[in-house]
Amino acid sequence: MNQEIFEKVKGIVVDQLEVEADRVTPEASFANDLGADSLDTVELVMALEEEFDIEIPDEKAEQIDTVGKAVEHISEETGAAA
Amino acid sequence: MTNRQNKRVVITGLGAITPIGNNLAEYWDGLLQGRNGVGSVTLFDASKHACQIAAEVKDFDPHQYLDKKDAKRMDRFAQFGVCASKQAIADAKFVIDDLNADRVGVLIGTGVGGLKVMEDQNENLLTKGPRKVSPFTIPMMISNMAAGLTAIHTGAKGPNSCTVTACAAGSHAIGDAFRLVQGGYADAMICGGAEAAVTPLSFAGFCSAKALSTRNDAPQNASRPFDRDRDGFVMGEGSGILFLEELEHALSRGAKIYAEIVGYGMTCDAYHMTSPVPGGQGAAKAIELALADGEITPDEVDYINAHGTSTQANDSNETQAIKKALGHRAKEIVVSSTKSMTGHLLGGSGGIEAVATVMAIQHNKVPPTINLANPDDECDLDYIANSSREHQVNVALSNSFGFGGHNVTLAFKKYG
Repeated sequence: MNQEIFEKVKGIVVDQLEVEADRVTPEASFANDLGADSLDTVELVMALEEEFDIEIPDEKAEQIDTVGKAVEHISEETGAAA
Repeated sequence: MTNRQNKRVVITGLGAITPIGNNLAEYWDGLLQGRNGVGSVTLFDASKHACQIAAEVKDFDPHQYLDKKDAKRMDRFAQFGVCASKQAIADAKFVIDDLNADRVGVLIGTGVGGLKVMEDQNENLLTKGPRKVSPFTIPMMISNMAAGLTAIHTGAKGPNSCTVTACAAGSHAIGDAFRLVQGGYADAMICGGAEAAVTPLSFAGFCSAKALSTRNDAPQNASRPFDRDRDGFVMGEGSGILFLEELEHALSRGAKIYAEIVGYGMTCDAYHMTSPVPGGQGAAKAIELALADGEITPDEVDYINAHGTSTQANDSNETQAIKKALGHRAKEIVVSSTKSMTGHLLGGSGGIEAVATVMAIQHNKVPPTINLANPDDECDLDYIANSSREHQVNVALSNSFGFGGHNVTLAFKKYG
C-alpha cells in the first residue's frame, strides 16, 4: 500500500467523519467502523476526488467500502506505486 | 372560538441564543440593561453591500451541545434551533424517555432556513459543476430541518412541523404548538423560531428591497424602532424556544411555571407582498382575535412586545393597529420593541420575543426600546424609551408580522 496516499486519505477521513486518527486503518469500513452514513460516503468520495484530482464513477464508489480499497483505487488511478 | 373544554397550556422552559446573550439568563440581563447587539458584519465580506451591519450571535460554540460531526452537518440556523431547544428542555427539567416520547413534539419556524448552505453550494455548482455539489445541500438547506434535527437530538417523537411565514414564523410556530397541546394532541411542545440569514444573498435581496438600515457608520444607532430617524431594520440571528406543557402534566411533575399561554390570533392583510396594509387593520384584527381567544379585555393588557422593526412602514402601522384594537387603553399599556437591541431575527424573532414577553410576566419588569431619541409623530405610545422599568405585568401580548401579509399575536398571562 502506498503510504503517502494512505496518509492523505487518512487525513481526509479524519476531517470528514470527525473520527480519531488511530481508528483509520486500511481494514476500517467507512460504514461499520467509522460511522459514515450514505450521505457521508458520497461527500467523502467527493473530497477524495478533489484531493487527488481524479473522478470516481458511482459504480466504482459503491465498491469502495474500506480505507484500504480507497487507497488502492487512488493508487491505480494516479499511477502511484503500491 | 374558545372551547372551554380546551386544556390549559403553560410555559415551563425557555431557551435563547441571541445577539445579546447565548442563554436565557444572559439574554434577559441584556434586555434589562438595554444591551446593544448590533455591529459591523463579520460573517461575510459585506464591503460591496449597501448594508454592512448586523446583530450577529457572538462567541457561539455549538460543541457545547453537539458533537463535532453533528454540528458540521447543520446549517447555522439549525444549530441555533437545536441548541436553544436543548436549553429549553433542560430549563424545564424535563426528560424525554420511551414512555413520553410520542407525546412531546417540536414546531420550529424559520424565515429562510439554510440559506448559507444554499449559497455556498450554488457557488460550487457554478464554479465546479453539478458533481461537486454536496449531498448535504438539501438536508442542510430545507427549512424544516431545525425541527427535524431537534427531534433527532432530543428523542421527541410527537407532532413535528415547521412554519415558514417569514418574520411571523416563530410566532406561528408557538401559536400552532399551543393549539396542539390545547387540543390534546401532545402533552408538551418544543416551539419557537430560528434564523441565520446574515449571508451575502440575503443582504443583497433585503438591500434591493430597501428594507435594511444603511447606517453603517453608526451601527449601534441603527435599530431605532418608532424613532422618526429610523431607516430600516437591522438583520439579527439566533433562536428563541419555549417548552409548552399541558397544565396538569406540568403540575403533576412539580414543574416551575413561567406563565400561561392563553391566546393566539392570526390574519392576513391580503394586500401586498411586503408592505403592510395602511391603517394596520390586519394587525389590529390579529390582536383582537388573540384577546378574544384568551378571553382577555383591553383593560387587562399590561405590556406589548411589538413587532417594531424600525422600518418606516411597520412602526407607524403597528402603532395604529394597537390603537385600533385596544382603544383608549393603547396609551396606558407599555409597548417596547426589543429588536432595538437584538435586531430583527426574521423567523427567529417571534421565538426570542415570546421569551422576553414571558420573562416580563415572570419578573414584572419590562425591557426598553433603545435608540428612541425622537419619537415619530405617528408613533405616540409609551414605548419604554431607552431604559427598562419595573411594571406589574399580568397579561402581555407579542406581535409578529411577516412578508406575505401574515399577522400573528400571542397572548400570555401570569399563571395562578
